[in-house]
Amino acid sequence: MARSSSKDAQDLFRALWSAYAATPTNLKIIDLYVLFAVFTALIQLAQALDVLAELYGHREYIQEVPLEIVTLFKVVYMALVGSFPFNSFLSGVLSCVGTAVLAVCLRIQVNKENKEFKDLAPERAFADFVLCNLVLHLVIMNFLG
Amino acid sequence: MAASDAHSGASIRHAFGNVLGFFILLLIGVLAFSIRLFSVIKYESVIHEFDPYFNYRVTQFLTKNGIYDFWNWFDDRTWYPLGRVIGGTVYPGLTLTAGTLWWMLNSLNIPLSVETVCVFTAPIFSAFASWATYLLTKEVKGTGAGLTAAVLLAMVNFSSSFVPSYISRSVAGSYDNEAVAIFALIFTFYLYIKTLNTGSLFYATLNSIAYFYMVCSWGGYTFIINLIPMHVLLCIVTGRYSSRLYIAYAPLVVLGTLLASLVPVVGFNAVMTSEHFASFLVFIIIHVVALVYYIKGILSPKMFKVALALVVSAGLAVCCAMVAVLIALVASSPTKGWSGRSLSLLDPTYASKYIPIIASVSEHQPPTWPSYFMDINVLAFLVPAGIIACFSPLSDASSFVVLYIVTSVYFSGVMVRLMLVLAPAACILSGIALSQAFDVFTRSIKLQLPSVSGQSNVDAGEASSGNVVPNDPVKTDKNEDTSKERTSKKSKKKEKEHVEKPVSKSQIKKRLLVLPLETSIIAIILLVLLGAFYVVHSVWAAAEAYSAPSIVLTSHSHDGLHVFDDFREAYAWLSHNTEIDDKVASWWDYGYQTTAMANRTVIVDNNTWNNTHIATVGTAMSSPEKAAWEIFHSLDVKYVLVVFGGLVGYPSDDINKFLWMVRIGGGVFPHIKEPDYLRDGQYRIDSMATPTMLNCLMYKLSYYRFVETDGKAFDRVRRTEIGKKYFKLTHFEEVFTTHHWMVRIYKLKPPKNRIRGKIKKSKSVQNKLENKLEKKRTKKEPLLV
Repeated sequence: MARSSSKDAQDLFRALWSAYAATPTNLKIIDLYVLFAVFTALIQLAQALDVLAELYGHREYIQEVPLEIVTLFKVVYMALVGSFPFNSFLSGVLSCVGTAVLAVCLRIQVNKENKEFKDLAPERAFADFVLCNLVLHLVIMNFLG
Repeated sequence: MAASDAHSGASIRHAFGNVLGFFILLLIGVLAFSIRLFSVIKYESVIHEFDPYFNYRVTQFLTKNGIYDFWNWFDDRTWYPLGRVIGGTVYPGLTLTAGTLWWMLNSLNIPLSVETVCVFTAPIFSAFASWATYLLTKEVKGTGAGLTAAVLLAMVNFSSSFVPSYISRSVAGSYDNEAVAIFALIFTFYLYIKTLNTGSLFYATLNSIAYFYMVCSWGGYTFIINLIPMHVLLCIVTGRYSSRLYIAYAPLVVLGTLLASLVPVVGFNAVMTSEHFASFLVFIIIHVVALVYYIKGILSPKMFKVALALVVSAGLAVCCAMVAVLIALVASSPTKGWSGRSLSLLDPTYASKYIPIIASVSEHQPPTWPSYFMDINVLAFLVPAGIIACFSPLSDASSFVVLYIVTSVYFSGVMVRLMLVLAPAACILSGIALSQAFDVFTRSIKLQLPSVSGQSNVDAGEASSGNVVPNDPVKTDKNEDTSKERTSKKSKKKEKEHVEKPVSKSQIKKRLLVLPLETSIIAIILLVLLGAFYVVHSVWAAAEAYSAPSIVLTSHSHDGLHVFDDFREAYAWLSHNTEIDDKVASWWDYGYQTTAMANRTVIVDNNTWNNTHIATVGTAMSSPEKAAWEIFHSLDVKYVLVVFGGLVGYPSDDINKFLWMVRIGGGVFPHIKEPDYLRDGQYRIDSMATPTMLNCLMYKLSYYRFVETDGKAFDRVRRTEIGKKYFKLTHFEEVFTTHHWMVRIYKLKPPKNRIRGKIKKSKSVQNKLENKLEKKRTKKEPLLV
């Protein structure tokens, strides 16, 4: 049972990979961008989580669960401060999440296979994307204080 | 030849419809504006009621001192001795809007006073609101253009500019948050639906900005941030997920949350309180769903099944863990992270059980059935028809409207004030219902008229030309759209797809749906009559029921019109005859007015943020004179203001509000007990009243010297003679009573001089002496003053 499911999983990943390899390069670039943004957001979250845990003295409790992840991120968040100025933490995380979300939207719109957006020119989609990003980052700069 | 003829005819009709539609819009705007001017015509251009006075005062401050001082404004004239941080505790949307309007007008050299701008803000925005309602309806029903759209427009605008429950909050002079917030609410919904229909990021950006304006304007923004996730969830559950849904929702959550936390009064609440958690949860869900759809798209069906089996088992565990963490977080806070007002919405009995201060506000009470009829009138009967019309065909947008009406009906059932949220939804749905009805009837008339003339051949031809009419506007639409931006073209195309399918299907249906000629004519006449009845009712409601400023009162009697301008008389007296730093105590209802009109410091006001402080004033009002004097003296109070309607029969006076003072006071200070003021559970002030009642400060201040008016001391509000007619005040003295006795102002007597040598004497002697001294002083006092 376990072997078959692991074989299934292997098959699945192979299928996923081959299917993904067929996507156009520009979409792949966007995907990388999204991944990067999500990764940054996760780092900030983990760092905030750790600081919170230290604050509340539940450090071991947190460390029980995602041990590897926490240790992995420790290197990164050493230099950073934590979630204390809550607005900067929030704007940091939300800017990453927002960037990722907007990039996903862009990806949806420029994807040629997506029939819903067939007559939306990629230039137009990109202009919208830039506008939205502009608003997002204006707000974030304002929110940072 | 015939085809081109038909085409040119249709395009003329289309152009005609557009022009007509434009004029209808314009006229409806004028109408929506002018129907709200009754209060200015009947009374004068004056700010109404309680909260508007505060907003007016804030706007004055803003225009005088600029925006930075406004954000940092610490107001030391209310909530003495605590004060209030105005910039951080007020929804600034309304104030900033009116301030900007005033600034613009002044820079155009139109010298209007701030007050005038404030008075007319609400009517202006109600015109905007009716336009926004039309846009939303158009987006929901997606009828192309031309006469049908014009009819729809007329119907929706017609109902929305007239709906009494909205009129009640937006007459000229009622300068309150809701005046602009309803416009913002509808406009946000419109942009959401627009984004949903087009899938354009541009509209998503606009949507979050509109949401920002809504957050600025009114606490009711939580309605949006809960309704939209509900709709998204509904779409996902019913298998209507599309990438347009993702574009409409995900940027809104991120941008909206960030923008909302820019507003000082919301701040971190935008991520910390339970009102907003629903949106985050749905945000996560929509990402999972989007990923699933994406993987489904790139994998073969068989592999997808395998993936599903793997992912579901792993995903469920993660989801469970997250939900558990979330619940633990929420449960760890005492109120479960909900604010009192939201809780009283979810559990209608909550407020009356725990927070008397919320329950004591009359607009937080549940409405009665007559008030539904009064406020939305015939719309109440048209709404169900509109809901049915939304289900054929059901689109993402129409399901949103259905969800909107269902939730708003519930909320309006909990609080009278939220009837306001119901009003636009009712307008949209009844507008849809009416326009559909007109559509059916006129079409059946059109189909029947030639068949009356005779030939069966014509019937078939007419039927096909009848089909041309709904098709052609779509075609011309397309031509027009090439000049427009591509997204709107996109939307129209979608609409076209939407429209065309039902059209082709309903070609057969239409033939079946033809009603007899006489029936349809009668039905149209009846519908018009219904509309006329509605107009009559609304105009009556606007003129009679909702235009009273409640600052100036009028009454008609056999010898003509009486005007009671007592409030302004009293506030003017205060501002002219008291020191600038004197503190005035009154029940919190009159706090805003006192600071705005009399410019005196008050102890509590309508921003009921500190329950204990209000309870202190309530306790003072329900204590005997000496204890009350001590409480007031400890708060530095110089004057006490009570509102008394017994002489002229003004029912919302302090004696009628008194039980709430007892309840709120007793909630914090347990020595005040409600049963002490009730005789056998009845609240009465006649000779059967309890001694506690007859000796409390409120009774004494209200009825002091009342017997001198008619010799019998007959209270016209309670319709009874009062219980204790002759009494003297020991610690207070009357300084001013207005013309109709509606406002009475008392001054606290200064503390007695202590007479050193007599302290050691026995108490009885001392009391006697004190009484004597006091009598002397009361005689002397007027001379001294």
